[in-house]
Amino acid sequence: MNSDQVEFRNVSFRYNDEQPWVLNNVSFSIKSDEWVAIIGHNGSGKSTIAKLINGLIFPDQGEIFVNGIKVTADTVWDVRKQVGMVFQNPDNQFVGTTVKDDVAFGLENRGVERSEMIKRINASLAAVRMSDYIMHEPHRLSGGQKQRVAIAGVLAVQPHLIILDEATAMLDPKGRTEILTTVYDVKQNHQLNLITITHDLNEIIHADRVIVMNNGEIWTETSPRALFMEEEGLREIGLDIPFIAKLANELNKQSLTLTKQPINQKELLDELWTFHLNK
Amino acid sequence: MDISFKQVSYIYQPNSPFEHQALKEIDFSIKSGTFVAIVGHTGSGKSTLIQHLNGLIRPTKGEINIGDFTLKANEKTANIKDLRRQVGVVFQYPEHQLFEETIEKDIGFGPKNFGVSDEEIKQRIPQVLEAVNLSPELLSRSPFDLSGGQMRRVAIAGVLAMEPRVLVLDEPTAGLDPKGQQEIMDMFKELHTRKQLTTILVTHSMEDALKYADYVIILDHGQKYMEGTPAEVFVQKEALQRVQLDMPEIIQFIQSFEQRFGLTLRYKGQSIEGLAQEINQLLKEEVRADG
Repeated sequence: MNSDQVEFRNVSFRYNDEQPWVLNNVSFSIKSDEWVAIIGHNGSGKSTIAKLINGLIFPDQGEIFVNGIKVTADTVWDVRKQVGMVFQNPDNQFVGTTVKDDVAFGLENRGVERSEMIKRINASLAAVRMSDYIMHEPHRLSGGQKQRVAIAGVLAVQPHLIILDEATAMLDPKGRTEILTTVYDVKQNHQLNLITITHDLNEIIHADRVIVMNNGEIWTETSPRALFMEEEGLREIGLDIPFIAKLANELNKQSLTLTKQPINQKELLDELWTFHLNK
Repeated sequence: MDISFKQVSYIYQPNSPFEHQALKEIDFSIKSGTFVAIVGHTGSGKSTLIQHLNGLIRPTKGEINIGDFTLKANEKTANIKDLRRQVGVVFQYPEHQLFEETIEKDIGFGPKNFGVSDEEIKQRIPQVLEAVNLSPELLSRSPFDLSGGQMRRVAIAGVLAMEPRVLVLDEPTAGLDPKGQQEIMDMFKELHTRKQLTTILVTHSMEDALKYADYVIILDHGQKYMEGTPAEVFVQKEALQRVQLDMPEIIQFIQSFEQRFGLTLRYKGQSIEGLAQEINQLLKEEVRADG
């Protein structure tokens, strides 16, 4: 099945009548099993999209559908069962007094059986490398550790759609890569959708598609590879492409023409190798 | 101010089930005027270390000297208030600490607390606003009406208004977009140079450490793992990997390129444009040599 999992139809939103639109006539759809990255500078409207998807706020104009359900005040609880969110600030999403209790919270709410619960708690904590901290108090963890526990909590309830709203911003680079890999693995194994909201273009490399937001509107919708050629345009809207993409663009300027835009170091080295052999 | 750590250990909640040793026999010294990056993965002890720098916590063992101030276990530091005036700490997400009715009051709160006269504060405010690139028109507004990036600037202005000699920055760009990150870091570098500060930057970003720091200290599991200039530390691939850190991307690429092509490039602080030129040159020379 390849139906639309999330659909925005001409959605506009603002926090009150005197303020400018945070989102202005935004339409897009995300297919089942797709990984979509939403990127944009601070204040571009990208986090507002996340809040609209699970009904934390409702659009002033337009409609939003999640797995065929129109998001309204009446359907919001059904929608939230399908959407797992991890927010930017881990301090605002803790309820348990230990790491274990915290991960258990969502499972208890869903009435998951005890033996299954223990299995899922262990597996999701292992996935985020926090097994050693199972009995620790969440508020004593460092920022990155907290965020990993929050991600474990979402992984444990196995929702259809996981939204990471700048959830990796506070992790160290290795931790960041590992979390993204982990979430991607879960996505593959469980047939779920993934929306990653970020302003770090290093994080979008594995996404199927990218939606770039600027001042409440969709600036472009494209693939990561195609986006990396838009260095100048992205810089103008406060974004920065990865090092490899920049180097590739510089090499292109130096009459060392690459056949395609590389998205990682290996691809760039392969390109240079081919160039080196063909001359 | 010169800063030195001598065999500093710190244990959270000693003699309890939650006992946790966050720092273990840390030794280093930083010369006044240095821009130091403290790097390490999550939980390596970075945040614990910097909390010592203005006496928020005292070592469980060992001794710290910051200028003329001494911090030791079980010994109250003389003039701790003076230390806190001279060591300005910008914590993670400093905008969460804004609380005043107006931006002007919020910026003035720190210096006022340390007994700076209202007149003096009035003189300092325009300077710090300029440093953080905020318009004076905002002064009478509530800090809570601002965007996240602007709120962070207000919070930083509040620290700068105390005119510290040492600036401690704990992940100051976290959560900002790339443009905001660069603006804030460039601002700190400029201040560092112009005011001859000693700056200590805690960061996850090898890129920032490479770009801004004169000296790098790497922590791992509460211990000092490596130290040196960025060019010394960041080329040691295996050693960095052992503590789950990556080399900065440009160095990573250069090393992989050298390996693959058997050519010498070497990192010497070149720009991306410069690197592209070198690669172009090298490959063309190769072609000529082969031909």
